[in-house]
Amino acid sequence: MRKKQRKLVITFETTVAAMAAEHYCKQRNAPGRLIPVPTQITAGCGLAWAANPEEKERVLTVLEQSKIHPEGIYEIMI
Amino acid sequence: MIYFDNAATTLQKPKEVAEAVYKAIQNFGNSGRGASSVSLQASRIIYDTREKIADLFHCSDPAKVAFTSNSTESLNTVIKGVLQPGDHVITTVLEHNSVLRPLYQLEQEGVEVSIVPCRENGRLEVSDMEHYIQSNTRAIVCTHVSNLTGNKIDIHAVGQLCRENGLLFLLDASQSAGVFPIDMKEDCISAVCFTGHKSLYGPQGTGGICLGDKITVRPLKVGGSGIMTFEREHPNVMPTALEAGTLNGHGIAGLNAGLRYVLKQGCERIHEYEVALMKQFYYGIKDLPGIKVYGDFSGWDRAAIVTFNIADYDSAQVSDELSQRFGIETRAGGHCAPLMHRALGTEHQGAVRFSFSNFNTSEEVAVGVEAIKTLIYEDMD
Repeated sequence: MRKKQRKLVITFETTVAAMAAEHYCKQRNAPGRLIPVPTQITAGCGLAWAANPEEKERVLTVLEQSKIHPEGIYEIMI
Repeated sequence: MIYFDNAATTLQKPKEVAEAVYKAIQNFGNSGRGASSVSLQASRIIYDTREKIADLFHCSDPAKVAFTSNSTESLNTVIKGVLQPGDHVITTVLEHNSVLRPLYQLEQEGVEVSIVPCRENGRLEVSDMEHYIQSNTRAIVCTHVSNLTGNKIDIHAVGQLCRENGLLFLLDASQSAGVFPIDMKEDCISAVCFTGHKSLYGPQGTGGICLGDKITVRPLKVGGSGIMTFEREHPNVMPTALEAGTLNGHGIAGLNAGLRYVLKQGCERIHEYEVALMKQFYYGIKDLPGIKVYGDFSGWDRAAIVTFNIADYDSAQVSDELSQRFGIETRAGGHCAPLMHRALGTEHQGAVRFSFSNFNTSEEVAVGVEAIKTLIYEDMD
């Protein structure tokens, strides 16, 4: 397994919100990608946006401008 | 890309399925709405699909086959259309949320629910069900196969138990239709709830209900039926009773082609092939350091599912690495089977699931095994 890294992980209430996050982050060149929600947050079905922690402000700005409300914002080792 | 998430949906379908949908989109009117040539064209294919489903499940009458959009809709319709406040129902810890959540909802309305626990390794013994039967028990509702472990419930024994005690037997065949024989008569099944997009190789958005002779289901939806327009009540004759609104004719045409493939290949041959892939994978990983495989592998009369974890690694991370680094698509997390996860002790870690189809190959499985080895052994370097 690859070495764990500190990552920004943003979760959403619905898959629709996660897909919207990907759509707007890609459109506005905010870095990151969709990952399955790490089980240390929840083992349920779901997607999260993961990026390097230094990109936090940039990603959150895009989400805010796109009126997407994260359910949770974490910086965790994954 | 190698696809091993067939218990969620089969990705590779027979090419005839896509061709059938394409042809239907160009040629189908609204089935059951008038007698135009294009409406009849849709009706003929849909009727033929009912016949194939009836054939597959040994159902006495194609008119007892109603189409829905998926297993969840089928299960909601049957469970809520049969049980009433004051009734008691028996189910198992193996169930998917598509069974559990309708039951939890009914529990709020006064239906009593008993949940039969599993034995070691997630195995369910039908003899454990018997002592849950009480005077107001109306039905047993259970899955044929656990979507988490791949272990099977002996539905013939459940059917006998239901017959001896005058209970309805409602079967969730999401993971088994197309792979295991289901005989509504021999197995005394009152209702089979199935989906089209898994082992029947149809499109997503197709599924259905197959009813036995001694069951009536109150519809969940009423409305357009194409017949008895001036009646205030929705017709109660099957299948119209459970098919309010326009059917997914285009999808059902695809399902028809999927069924043709399954019936031609034969469930037994398909199962035999998938078991060979499962065995290859299971034996390839089971003794690797840190591997914990869940479920009962003492015999091979089981669905082609291998669910496991690597040491205490997050199942989501393992699945993500398989995807990102090896192009291997699997499923991690909770699998919508909360009670089974609790029983196996994987509530927090989730689990990685490999599930095989008739379109996977031995070469693909070998790549999967090597990928797991890489993930494990690179940690030891």
